[in-house]
Amino acid sequence: MLAHNQHIQQKLIEKFGEGVYNFEETYETLHFEADKDLNLKILNFLKSEQDLAFNFLTDLCAVHYPDNKGKEIAVVYNIHNIAKNIRLRFKVYTDIANPEVYTATSIYATANWLERETYDFFGVIFVGHPNLKRIMNVEEMDYFPLRKEYPLEDQSRTDKDDEMFGRQVMQRPMIN
Amino acid sequence: MSQQHHIILPEGSIEKATTTLNLGPTHPATHGVFQNILELDGERIVSADQTVGYIHRAFEKIAEHRNLYQITTLTDRLNYCSGPLNNMGWHLTCEKLLNVKTPKRVDYLRVIIMELARISDHLICNSIVGVDSGAFTGFLYVMQYRELIYEIYDEICGSRITTNIGRIGGFERDFNDIAFTKIQKFIDEYPAVLKEFENLFNRNRIFVDRLVGAGPISAERALNYGFTGPNLRAAGVDYDVRVVAPYASYDEFDFTVPIGTTGDCYDRFLVRNQEMWQSLSIIKQAMNKLADLKGKDATVFHADVPEYYLPEKQDVYTKMEQMIWHFKIIYGEINMPKGEVYHSIEAANGELGYYLISDGGRSPYRLHFRRPCFIYYQAFEELVKDGLLSDAVIVMSSLNLIAGEMDA
Repeated sequence: MLAHNQHIQQKLIEKFGEGVYNFEETYETLHFEADKDLNLKILNFLKSEQDLAFNFLTDLCAVHYPDNKGKEIAVVYNIHNIAKNIRLRFKVYTDIANPEVYTATSIYATANWLERETYDFFGVIFVGHPNLKRIMNVEEMDYFPLRKEYPLEDQSRTDKDDEMFGRQVMQRPMIN
Repeated sequence: MSQQHHIILPEGSIEKATTTLNLGPTHPATHGVFQNILELDGERIVSADQTVGYIHRAFEKIAEHRNLYQITTLTDRLNYCSGPLNNMGWHLTCEKLLNVKTPKRVDYLRVIIMELARISDHLICNSIVGVDSGAFTGFLYVMQYRELIYEIYDEICGSRITTNIGRIGGFERDFNDIAFTKIQKFIDEYPAVLKEFENLFNRNRIFVDRLVGAGPISAERALNYGFTGPNLRAAGVDYDVRVVAPYASYDEFDFTVPIGTTGDCYDRFLVRNQEMWQSLSIIKQAMNKLADLKGKDATVFHADVPEYYLPEKQDVYTKMEQMIWHFKIIYGEINMPKGEVYHSIEAANGELGYYLISDGGRSPYRLHFRRPCFIYYQAFEELVKDGLLSDAVIVMSSLNLIAGEMDA
């Protein structure tokens, strides 16, 4: 493990103890998992601590693991210390029955639309978000399309039968 | 018999002090399909509400059902003003996951393509800023050089906008002589054109008055909003992925990162102009480096990755091994290694990132695009608030908002 990643890992464990786990380094990026209630505390710590200074939220998205019972949805934070060019990624898992995660909008303004997008596609409720509504899909939509149970071609629609494409099933005239 | 018609206004509309204006989704000033609902007090903007998603195509979902090489065609539909940049970013992400090392010549060829794409993107953005502030000449004048860039793409990959250029590991065929001649023509002729373009705009009193102070943002706010690329650099932060995390041998090139101070439309315009000069210099350096390569290095145009690289067509018909690979690749029977990778490149609008999760299958388990445009468009309200309506139009074009990239 690279020295700076080791340092970050050590500081996180010192601060959060059991709350952060599964540290791993792939492609020179440190990656870990955390309790979902700690997400804001971790982001705040990583941003405000002098020698960490992760001042940039690069990306935020979710992943659906249907086989991971009780922890089906992972919200992934991809943060960046721009000055030193150190990237860091962590996941918090949440139950799909009650997918609530605290919003990061108070720490990074970037998170606003990224969280709306995540809500739109995975149904993650970001508690405290100022304007949590769908962003890409229509507001009348009642499901979250990027979850794994939805196949690629939308099965829930009834407006895509042959009639809509001018291919009405013709009744053949009866011939005696 | 005449009948008197009474217009019935909604309750409270007489007392309403502000005007609601729909800017978009098909307004000529939006240059793409997205909407702004502006609340105006006279000509001043009180609030703005942006709506995106009109051309959302669910690329992330589609990508979960495709092989790596089939996803390339999705990426160039993100920022369609600089498709090759997105393609290259995707190839580099795949190469990072698959641990592919590309030959130097491939890197240099890629750099040429990427910088040409950057120039064509900035060229459009800056000339559109001119159009929106009433100066049409620049737009018409530079368009033939974008055409030349598109002709170069055409020689290399056979298409112009949605390029699908290159492959995992390199290019499907070497650049032909016409391509190199056209690149040389571009290098020779473009400086005069860019100089003329700058003469038309940079010190033009009307243009400067329209742009200075329109839509400014501080470096701190820009970082907080996740700005990247020229828009962040215009605010004074010298963050460029090509410099902090060099890919495709960018560390061998000598170039400067232009920055602004106030982050307003004028700074964004100047930063993009300067970047075009830098890109031109990078292309020249890459051409020199290509000329310096000797022996086998001077002809290679792809890495040795048979699992992901389609064999030559004549070999497919005549050789067993090649035919097997051909079918394996086309049918997508190649499992990729397990892992999670985030890779980003400096696209024309900023940091374009691909977050790819592979569970060891044939298609990504999850793919997320970090689209710079989508992320910084949310700052639009803060940029235009208390400004004039005409400023909002210029802010929109100088941010270089590309609907395809916003909606994915």
